[in-house]
Amino acid sequence: MRSYAPVRPGSIGQWLIVAVVVLYLGMILLLPVSAIVVQALKAGVGPLLQTFDDPAAVHGLRLSFALATVAMLANGVVGVAAALVLTRHRFLGRRLLDALVDLPLAVSPVMTGLAFLLLFGRSGWLESALDAAGWKVAFAFPGLVVATLFVTFPFTLREVAYVLEELGTDEEEAAATLGASPWHTFVRVTLPNIRYGLGYGVVLTTARALGEFGAVLVLGGAISGHTQTATTFIYNALEERQEPAAYSVALVLALASVLVLAALEWLKRRRRKEL
Amino acid sequence: MSIHVRNLTKRFNGFLAVDDVSLEVGTGELVAFLGPSGSGKSTVLRIIAGLETADAGEVWFDGERADHLHARSRGVGFVFQHYALFRHMTVADNIGFGLDVQGVGRQRRRQRVSDLLDLMGLQGLGERYPGQLSGGQRQRVALARALAPQPKVLLLDEPFGAVDAKVREELRHWLRRLHDEVHVTSIFVTHDQEEAFAVADRVMVVNRGRLEQWGSPDEILDNPGTEFVARFIGEANVYETVIRDGAVHVGALAIPVEGLAEGDPVVVVVRFYDLKFWRDDSGGFATVVRTTTLGDRVKVEAVIDGGERIFSQFPRRSSLLRGIEPGCRIHIEVTLARVFPHLESTRPLAPILARAA
Repeated sequence: MRSYAPVRPGSIGQWLIVAVVVLYLGMILLLPVSAIVVQALKAGVGPLLQTFDDPAAVHGLRLSFALATVAMLANGVVGVAAALVLTRHRFLGRRLLDALVDLPLAVSPVMTGLAFLLLFGRSGWLESALDAAGWKVAFAFPGLVVATLFVTFPFTLREVAYVLEELGTDEEEAAATLGASPWHTFVRVTLPNIRYGLGYGVVLTTARALGEFGAVLVLGGAISGHTQTATTFIYNALEERQEPAAYSVALVLALASVLVLAALEWLKRRRRKEL
Repeated sequence: MSIHVRNLTKRFNGFLAVDDVSLEVGTGELVAFLGPSGSGKSTVLRIIAGLETADAGEVWFDGERADHLHARSRGVGFVFQHYALFRHMTVADNIGFGLDVQGVGRQRRRQRVSDLLDLMGLQGLGERYPGQLSGGQRQRVALARALAPQPKVLLLDEPFGAVDAKVREELRHWLRRLHDEVHVTSIFVTHDQEEAFAVADRVMVVNRGRLEQWGSPDEILDNPGTEFVARFIGEANVYETVIRDGAVHVGALAIPVEGLAEGDPVVVVVRFYDLKFWRDDSGGFATVVRTTTLGDRVKVEAVIDGGERIFSQFPRRSSLLRGIEPGCRIHIEVTLARVFPHLESTRPLAPILARAA
């Protein structure tokens, strides 16, 4: 493959393009994040810490991180399996399935929440069955899990599928001719080859899960201390003019984002080296 | 172990990749599948290995049906064109992979890996990663990995296709020597006839999914059984023409033919080395247009009066080349021509020894 070495801008026109891009990215990316940090720290660390005496705020954060963990694990496993199925098998309807997988990216999260409400909510399609089993999904933790899993589904799958396509099937075929079972091949050959792609997908999943708002609001109802996540807590706090509380929780989420960014950057470099 | 393939057929999306192929490879034989790219030779190899499933036909190993077995149960060593080494494992772990799968103990595994590293001339490279090796080294690692579990059959898919010419030459000799030592039944796929003839005991020529001819390199060279083999093996001049006055006419060049009727369409194949050009004072009936030096040979292109082009080939220092230069008039002598009664014919007439008029 040919690669082009980056060069310094030579003409005024090139400098102008670079300046516009830097300014634009600064405005839409850095400025808002800095605003949150500044606002949260404006009144000093005291009020900031006070927020964490509020059980609702702590509960919201814990709930968000719990949902992110569940999404990361569940969609990590399912995403890898689905990526293997989509890239390594040819079957009727594969292309349709391949297109459907991106549905969560195309649909507004609010619509997602609404759709699940039609299934699980009062007089929903599955309500009587769930009632009979004694399960409550809508406005309860399971509902939040379902909504989060749905909106985060494509990330691991897409990252892993991309790496699998790039790798091809040669190494897996070689392992088979050497007598390895499919499971052995997966553990010893495929998994080590996709690990950075998988890591990248899992980190994206976590970030998306932490940031989810619309679907968990509609399907969960943002009941304080119950189904209120970090993002819905921020929204409610702003509505109730509890700005310091909103800024504090937002700051925690912002910190998580910084970690996510660092992880993504590291994984990106590793992955580039491996492929 | 012997390999027996019967009536193998395989389609990809309607494209007939393998068309009713039957063949037999004896125990300890080294056979080449030779054919142009896309001829289906790799597919046959992959079906034998169990990496591809045939639509119809059977594969037998030593008189036992094998086509229902999964690739991992066939005991076949496979070498891929692009090495397919496990990129995150060291060379030693790559070679030891098959033994590890079989549950061979660590001590014995290490011994065998070290023996193979020696055999392959890879001493001291065991702890490297595939990405740190040259193409030739990688392919030797791939071979060592395939041989480690002591397979009964070794299949090589264009094994030297991805390395440069010089290394290819070395690996060829080296595969031949290795086979003489290990004697495992082997099939390798190649589109390079020189490679097939240099390495194999027997060559099977494959074209458009069909087995065209098989035999020793000499048999294939001297007695091409089909028009395709005549065209494909050895560089050749090919003319489609008709019989006139009991001869084949290529421009002013006439080659007498017996046993065909006036007006019969034929295909004439004349290898570059089965004809001579020479110059004398009486002129000639063709004009040299170009001479090209190809290492130890010289290729001469001429235009026969009447418009047809013809190529010949001489050893570089040959006295026959004296005076042959662009623009000169020459005579042509065909020492051996093969005439096929029309296009799709499979059987040639007996080789025709002819002298041009």
